[in-house]
Amino acid sequence: MTHDPGFLTTMLLILVSAAVTDNILLTRFLGMCSFIAISREVKTSVGLGVAVCFTTTCTAGLNSLLYHYALLPLSRMVPPGYDHAILSLQLLLFIVVIAGFVQIVEMIVERYSPKLYFALGIYLPLITVNCAILGVCLFMVNKGYGVLQSVAFGFGSGLGWLMAIVLMAGIQDKVQHSRVPAALRGPGITLIVSGIMALAFMGFTGIIRI
Amino acid sequence: MNAEAIKVVLISVGLVAGVSVALGALIVAAERYLLNYGTCKLDVNGGKKVLEVAGGKSLLSTLMEEGIFIPSACGGRGSCGYCKLKVKAGGGPVLPTETPYLSKQEIADGVRLSCQVKVRNDIAVEIPEHLFAVSSFRGRVSRIADMTHDIKLLRIELIEPETITFRPGQYVQLQTPAYGDVKEPVYRAYSVASPPHDNRAIELIIRLAPGGICTTWVFTILKEGDEVQFNGPYGEFVLSDSDAEMFWIAGGSGMAPFWGLVRHMKETGIRRKTTYFFGAVSKRDLFLLDELKSLEKEMENFTFVPCLSSPQQSDEWKGEVGLVTQIFDRKVEANSSAEAYLCGSAGMIDASVKAIQTKGIPKEKIFYDKFN
Repeated sequence: MTHDPGFLTTMLLILVSAAVTDNILLTRFLGMCSFIAISREVKTSVGLGVAVCFTTTCTAGLNSLLYHYALLPLSRMVPPGYDHAILSLQLLLFIVVIAGFVQIVEMIVERYSPKLYFALGIYLPLITVNCAILGVCLFMVNKGYGVLQSVAFGFGSGLGWLMAIVLMAGIQDKVQHSRVPAALRGPGITLIVSGIMALAFMGFTGIIRI
Repeated sequence: MNAEAIKVVLISVGLVAGVSVALGALIVAAERYLLNYGTCKLDVNGGKKVLEVAGGKSLLSTLMEEGIFIPSACGGRGSCGYCKLKVKAGGGPVLPTETPYLSKQEIADGVRLSCQVKVRNDIAVEIPEHLFAVSSFRGRVSRIADMTHDIKLLRIELIEPETITFRPGQYVQLQTPAYGDVKEPVYRAYSVASPPHDNRAIELIIRLAPGGICTTWVFTILKEGDEVQFNGPYGEFVLSDSDAEMFWIAGGSGMAPFWGLVRHMKETGIRRKTTYFFGAVSKRDLFLLDELKSLEKEMENFTFVPCLSSPQQSDEWKGEVGLVTQIFDRKVEANSSAEAYLCGSAGMIDASVKAIQTKGIPKEKIFYDKFN
């Protein structure tokens, strides 16, 4: 990769657009289950958000390596017309890598930082099944990003998810003390609030164009 | 299929398998090196026992390996809540998997589920004294006898250790090994039906629970001569030290603790006035009738009252007819100084407790062992 003047700018643009204008949670509605379930307290949502952000960054990098250095070369080796068959394995491989990575990270955190383990580690198993992580990995392929760009994209998306869930936890704090109609309490009002948040985030669209 | 397609399939399979195997190997290696906590000090009851244990396992299984048995019905999966212990130091924060089983007071007192606490460093715990008597036993089934159409008596001669010390009324946990669809050993609690002086063996009275993992195994797979494992004794369902008159009420396999108790009383010369009400549907649900009748003759203060709720014509039943609670109500006079001991299904016990209280026996004098 050449470090032309545009490189850092491109990276920054990818990062910011992933976090804000293309927020994976609010524009794609991925990772909703934990978003709705764990957004009652700011403290726990920060924990989960940081864990998600860390995982998206690392798995985007790992999966991008796997894509560029294993899947793509192999798809060129097979007879023409079959390359899609090989490329379609990305879904399977990305999930396996995410699950394995999360397990190993959990063990490392448990071993070397019990404090961090009890703060974040308990969320890690939850992350394996968070579709936002897989979404990030599949989108980066669709967008045609290189390895470093993918890492930036992963980090930006994770940051966006973190931002959205922490904002939601802050709003939930207010919602708890307001008079919500009985039928809408819990997930109902959370979904409405996230819809309004999504509208607000849509305001950012058009600021960045890449 | 043509050769090209086969090549694609082989490459795909190889790639997925390769990545999975590589990750699997990494995880195994990580488990080996990362989850190795070395030796940790395990302090039991403020320095009474200090054990050097290998870290990395749950507190429950670590204690089990050291020969200290904590009651656990689910086998350490955090779903029964029996394995509670006070952890004085080194247990880490209470985990979300434990909170459903702990009250606020228990959390404040440092009570934890020992199957969820991992030994990562030096740890100090408090264990009730009576659990030290608990150990694991290996024995051989010497007799499986049909008591009724759905109740069997199991006699297990001890191999290792050779003798057992317990108080009549206590229970053991019988291990059901993996069989059929049951992939892991399962433990189920059964009252000891033999008296303590018969200390080279134990007897269990087991009723077939349709679909039950352990009872199905006992009824269909277990044979005389098989080796089995159990641990115990556990439980606080034992005779009080008083001389008060006693009423016993049991149904079905609730016979077990009383069958041990009555023989223990005869052997040790306990002469407390005792009336034993045993409830069954018809004659085919009655068992140990002759044995108990002859004990009644030999022991002057012991009376056995079998009650049938709906005897068949062919039973030619001359004894009491009605629910065990009705017979109790009819035969027993108000007596506030007596004690009551109950063993059987939850429904029978709840109904009996009500009937007993109408006789003026206070709640704290009613002892029971509910079978679920």
